[in-house]
Amino acid sequence: MSRNWAYLSNYLVYSSMAVYALSFIAHAVETAWAVRVTTEDSKKNMDYKRTVKVARVATAMMILGFVLLFAGVVARGVSAGRVPWGNMYEFSITGALAFSGAYLVALRKHDLRWLGLLVSIAVLLTLGTAVAVLYRPSAPLVPALKSTWLVIHVSTAIISGGVFLLANAIAAAYLYLDAMESRGERTTWAKRLPSLEDLDQLSYRLVAFVFPLWTFSVIAGAIWAESAWGRYWGWDPKETWAFITWVAYAAYLHARVTVGWRGRKAAWLCLFAGSTFLFNYVYVNIWGSGKHTYSGL
Amino acid sequence: MSQEIQVPELGSVGLLRYGWRQLTSMRTALILLLLLGVASIPGSLIPQRTQNPIKVGEYFKNSPELSTWMDRFSLFDVYGSPWFSAIYILLFISLIGCVLPRTIEHFHSARALPPSTPKNLDRMEHHTSWSAQGDELEKARDWFKSKRFRVLEKDGSISAEKGFTRETGNLFFHLALILVLLGISFSSLFGMRGMAILNVDERFVNTTTSYDSLQFGKLFNEKNLPDFALTVDKFVAKYNLVTSSPEDYTLDVKFAKGDLSQSELRTIKVNSPLKMGNTSIYLQANGYSPVVTVRDSNGDVAMQGPVPFLPQDSNLRSIGAIKVPDADPQIGFVGSFVPTYARSGADGAVSVFPEALDPRLLLSAWIGDLGLDSGVPQSVYRMDTSKMNQVGLKSLKPGETFTYPQGSITFEGYLQWVNIEIVNDPGKNYALLGGIVAILGLLASLFTRRRRIWIRVGKSVEVAGLAKNAAPGLDVEMAEFIAKLKGGK
Repeated sequence: MSRNWAYLSNYLVYSSMAVYALSFIAHAVETAWAVRVTTEDSKKNMDYKRTVKVARVATAMMILGFVLLFAGVVARGVSAGRVPWGNMYEFSITGALAFSGAYLVALRKHDLRWLGLLVSIAVLLTLGTAVAVLYRPSAPLVPALKSTWLVIHVSTAIISGGVFLLANAIAAAYLYLDAMESRGERTTWAKRLPSLEDLDQLSYRLVAFVFPLWTFSVIAGAIWAESAWGRYWGWDPKETWAFITWVAYAAYLHARVTVGWRGRKAAWLCLFAGSTFLFNYVYVNIWGSGKHTYSGL
Repeated sequence: MSQEIQVPELGSVGLLRYGWRQLTSMRTALILLLLLGVASIPGSLIPQRTQNPIKVGEYFKNSPELSTWMDRFSLFDVYGSPWFSAIYILLFISLIGCVLPRTIEHFHSARALPPSTPKNLDRMEHHTSWSAQGDELEKARDWFKSKRFRVLEKDGSISAEKGFTRETGNLFFHLALILVLLGISFSSLFGMRGMAILNVDERFVNTTTSYDSLQFGKLFNEKNLPDFALTVDKFVAKYNLVTSSPEDYTLDVKFAKGDLSQSELRTIKVNSPLKMGNTSIYLQANGYSPVVTVRDSNGDVAMQGPVPFLPQDSNLRSIGAIKVPDADPQIGFVGSFVPTYARSGADGAVSVFPEALDPRLLLSAWIGDLGLDSGVPQSVYRMDTSKMNQVGLKSLKPGETFTYPQGSITFEGYLQWVNIEIVNDPGKNYALLGGIVAILGLLASLFTRRRRIWIRVGKSVEVAGLAKNAAPGLDVEMAEFIAKLKGGK
């Protein structure tokens, strides 16, 4: 019974990878063929209609991939009779789900489809690594993880991570376009992308939105650590890096709100803060020591 | 913040004031905050004494010179080091210096009425005007009231202001961080933390001598140890048959409080410690203690009882040392205990499952000087065999006896041991309260906007608005306001 659910989960994850791949191709086609500039006149009045259909396909595939992956994550949880956050394979597929979910939610409000290329390839790489390197058979939780706090702490951490990385992608796009603009004009394909100010604002808003959630996640982790390990804070490598991430984003928010940093400086700080989160996920989970050794590797 | 720097005659008071201003400036706070983040990095990459003393020991063994130098910079104790403390203490002083004046200022401005309506509303943002119907002022009053604006009405105009929560939340957030720090310091001054290894059926009475390791806060009084005793009644560990990973640990204890006359049965699990006021008892680790009887050549018992062994892997292959210092000559055994025995070509005896399905005790017996009187502290799990001679090697099943020229040892069986940790943390609730207030303050400050709306009614109605920090969303609110004014009752 539980084995069937585990197989089903694997099939769903594989299918979602195929669909995300299609989404990636469609986004690539859109990016490459969106505009054709032949004459001086067409340079002034650019026409993006050529790829409207393929753009819709790209987003539709992203949504379908999200749904399949969501089902895959749920089936994985059912197979083990618990929330699917017991080892690094499960963290990774849920993280990919959160990242593409954050993108889709932000897409409803903002014109972010240009980011789809990056999101789909990032999700594909994450899922690929998860399936090829991190996969572990579905198994029950070790005693320390058997707690309601697992649901609260890990879900908020994963959602925060998804949004932080989205903000990071936007900050990176800012820096790229900023460098392009300082050399001269934006190249044709990049003209469609939002203005630098919009990108700057958007990455700030994402961070400001999710920073309280991250704070909550760290505190929830502390409450859990108190009941599982006998101390709420012990400078475990994972805790230390969660703290560094928190401090870095706090500095980012202060720099923007109080000191008035904008643009390039703020984007670099945002990238730095986001990379501390990634470092925590990759390095500390795999090579680090300490009490957060649940990667199963 | 700008400061006037008067280069001539910067007396000691001036210097202090200048230093204080520098320290409490936002830029300094920001640098200190980033510095705190960077300063916590080495502690996550270099092993720390508080978490992994064994690895620190290995560092010293492998490169003593470098380690000595690293130790001089407290790199094995980063989070208690003077330089790390310096950064966060400076940060908190800077924080207090920044937040307190703001709190006072905010307290005053929150009680003040909004400033009166500016003369030229058409110079403000979101300005609109239309010819008056007559009841606009009344409608505006109602609307402001329903939206809980603070208003000042004067000469046919209303000046309304809202969004003080932003600064209030911001201040609460920063004050809450100070509370968290106070909670942590309180715990480290008045708290205690101790460990004890107990075999099943063993009794623990809460006095300082019962602990294997014990740390006190600087102001903790030994007399404050609560009176209780517990006896390990039963310990059950369940493991996954496929992966060998643990699925459940349940520790049942007979727990007696106060005068210890009456005991009750209590259960301790990994995520549910036994709580008694500020004191909690945690189940931290477990393992096996082989029970042995050592006899001398006359057949007299030299030592008998369980000896805790230290687990080495997830299948609980455990190592330990059985020391008999009272024997003459001294005798000791370096042992390894495997709960479920299997032979592997490369490693010799291994354990293939953590439950004791087919236990073995592998021993090598040594005769000579155990080195216990040298004054150098020794691990109870290891033995210094440098002044000893090996006299034999044997693998035992339960009930079997290994006889060597100087005596014999019988492997009677095994007991499970548990490692309990007893923690008194009086500051944790303050830290938690600080954390909760910090989040609420953060939410309030990030999701509210401070803004003013004005209306003046004469022959025509004039409205305008202003959002602090050009926060978005005022246009929507203004549209709603205007619709309300223009709409019928």
